[in-house]
Amino acid sequence: MSQHVVPRKVYFIIFACLMVGTALTVAAAFVDLAAITGIPAMNDIVMLGIAAAKAVLVVLFFMHVKYSGRLTALTVLSGVLFFALLISFTLSDYVTRGLIGVPGR
Amino acid sequence: MPEAGHGTAAAHHGHPSLQHHFDTLEQQRESSTFGMWLFLATEIMFFGGLFCIYLIYRRASLAGFAEASHELDVTLGATNTAVLIASSLTMALAVWAAQTGRRKLIVAFLVATISLGSVFLGIKAIEYGHKFHEHHVPGHHFLWDGAHPQAAEQFYSLYFAMTGLHALHMIVGICVLLALILPSWRGKYGPEYNNPIEATGLYWHFVDIIWIFLFPLLYLIGRH
Repeated sequence: MSQHVVPRKVYFIIFACLMVGTALTVAAAFVDLAAITGIPAMNDIVMLGIAAAKAVLVVLFFMHVKYSGRLTALTVLSGVLFFALLISFTLSDYVTRGLIGVPGR
Repeated sequence: MPEAGHGTAAAHHGHPSLQHHFDTLEQQRESSTFGMWLFLATEIMFFGGLFCIYLIYRRASLAGFAEASHELDVTLGATNTAVLIASSLTMALAVWAAQTGRRKLIVAFLVATISLGSVFLGIKAIEYGHKFHEHHVPGHHFLWDGAHPQAAEQFYSLYFAMTGLHALHMIVGICVLLALILPSWRGKYGPEYNNPIEATGLYWHFVDIIWIFLFPLLYLIGRH
């Protein structure tokens, strides 16, 4: 397997997508999406969704993961997995505090 | 495929960039990429801790964080996002130039990446200057006019910790890129061997991704 050379055109397309994503994020931040959709955290969901999409584009194309072997993909996913564990286990504590009464307190 | 591997190794033993503990240039390249990604996995956790703290404190004081975020300059933040994305493009093009053996273009794109990275740090320095001037830096001299001074101080503690750590990564990245210029000019990197450029590119793009998340979480949460 020789090194895959990504055509320059792909880089320019990804660059354009990232710029459009940034513009969309800024535009969406000035609109009260919670009032429009009725979902309280809608602004956060939209901005983090766009950020995640941008990150995936950078990882797949700028960082060549789309063209790399499975070992690389596994390493990237394990990094994301452990981050997800960090967030979910921490929040499972903070979010549920006070939900159940503690005897003697 | 040990047989084929050794055959290629013999053919490549003359390559000055092949370390003796690798059989082939390809094995060396795959090890380099894998090692860099392992490092980046630890970096995810390094920044991940800060993102986790941000999440907990913001959950505790949503209105305070929105109020504090409102005092950041969206124009400067958005400009910096565009500058950093452009620097990722020039970095990707530097890797392309190395893979296709364009010696002078490698140097040109490395210099472009360093310049854009420096513009980012310059804008960041201007923003930090404003914050010091406005007494929005946490500590004894912190002053807040709004309704949530405590949450605002927590927000700015996180702002300086997260953007500061990010800026430190940028400075390290710029130093590494500077070190790559001379060997690139001397023709050390080409289609057969370009691991240092590729690995530095991975690091640079990772720092870009961190900013892609920092920008909305710090600058855009109090706008609507």
